Amino acid sequence: MKFHRHHIISMKDFTRDEIDYILDRAGKLESLAKSGRSDILSGKILALLFYEPSTRTRMSFETAMLRLGGNVLNLGSKDTSSVIKGETLADTIRVISTYSDAIVLRHTSEGAAQMAMEFSSVPVINGGDGAGHHPTQTLLDLYTIKRESRLEHPDIAIVGDLKYGRTVHSLTYALSLYGANITFVSPQQLKMPDQIIDDLKTRGAHVNETENFDKVLNNIDVLYMTRIQKERFPDPTEYKKVANAYKITNKQLVNVRPNMIIMHPLPRINEIDSSVDNTDHARYFQQSFYGVPIRMALLTIVMGADI
Amino acid sequence: MNNHHELRVRPIVNGTVIDHILAGQAINVLRILGITGVSDAVVSMVMNVPSITLGHKDIVKIENRELEEKEVDKISLISPSASINIIRDFDVVDKYHVEMPSIVEGMVKCTNPNCISNTNEPVTSKFVVRTDPIRLRCLYCEHVISEKIAEYLL
Ligand SMILES: [Zn+2]
Repeated sequence: MKFHRHHIISMKDFTRDEIDYILDRAGKLESLAKSGRSDILSGKILALLFYEPSTRTRMSFETAMLRLGGNVLNLGSKDTSSVIKGETLADTIRVISTYSDAIVLRHTSEGAAQMAMEFSSVPVINGGDGAGHHPTQTLLDLYTIKRESRLEHPDIAIVGDLKYGRTVHSLTYALSLYGANITFVSPQQLKMPDQIIDDLKTRGAHVNETENFDKVLNNIDVLYMTRIQKERFPDPTEYKKVANAYKITNKQLVNVRPNMIIMHPLPRINEIDSSVDNTDHARYFQQSFYGVPIRMALLTIVMGADI
Repeated sequence: MNNHHELRVRPIVNGTVIDHILAGQAINVLRILGITGVSDAVVSMVMNVPSITLGHKDIVKIENRELEEKEVDKISLISPSASINIIRDFDVVDKYHVEMPSIVEGMVKCTNPNCISNTNEPVTSKFVVRTDPIRLRCLYCEHVISEKIAEYLL
């Protein structure tokens, strides 16, 4: 199968075959992602347009582009760039797309990438829009599960803020394409919205919900932890209580499946105790690295380069 | 000639009769058509008339006016059952059911305050329409409007 996609906006745009194609391509690029430099995208310029800081996403796109032999035009954050001030995003996109061969956009408003696509003459990759989509994060999560566990029918628990963390929403959507058995673990006030649960069930996903973290720990292949943010709780003692209940330490790992892996989009607050870092289960730093081959794969696809 | 029957459903010479409006939605239909207390249009409205198909329905009659496509599309969003009768010289010259478009553009405001379509960007709101029950999904931020659609009409 071969597919060419100009823009990467939302996970919902992808079929399972297309996701598999991207993951395969990332696999072929993984050793190059670790070290070296090729000329696959030599002469190409990638513009990074970040309206809010996200060091990790930005740096991994830069690394991906440099490994492929291309160049990066870094427009930094909103405050440091006079290009952006007072101008509409639409105008900025129209201008920047004349300077570059592709644009990575991170923005504070939901739907910004979708709109940018309408005004851009070059491919747009969504690097995260507000509480909206973050497709490259979802793809690197899938790649991590594929490489470090199994992507076919995995038993996976997703823990933490499932209400506001919309990147978790697109991850669950994608997992449903692989017949995952998903358990959502969260406090009542941060539950996955019913609408999404219903949507997942109609797609034939196996979905369970619980507030009890320890109950699920020993029966899963993948533990996906997310941040629980203080701002969501008007009462600080309530936040403390919840944060402690949804935290993992190495003591809880005694009876888990031997090959169970622990993931986290990072940065973590204290959901994962540092005592977990040196266990065989920790994969969150590896996961972070996998962002590079995934972004390399996407860059070559949107710019139409063969590898 | 002033019997009570005629009082309720006075025939019109030229204009539009919007029939089979979901009971309770006639006022929103007037809003869509920009008919307010201060406009000089001749309008009659009947509410909660018994109806075989709907149980109860509303009817709106507007004299000397035919509707624009956009107005009909908006009516379809709040009352998919509505039918439009165009009257010329006392005759019904055209009669059709409203049809919900699959995409509505610039008709509905997104309920997500953080949506790009609610900023000063040169972009009009776009929604994908799903039926049974009716749901509008923002093409930009994917928020869904499934109730009180009339309140978000632009
Ligand atoms: Zn929206």
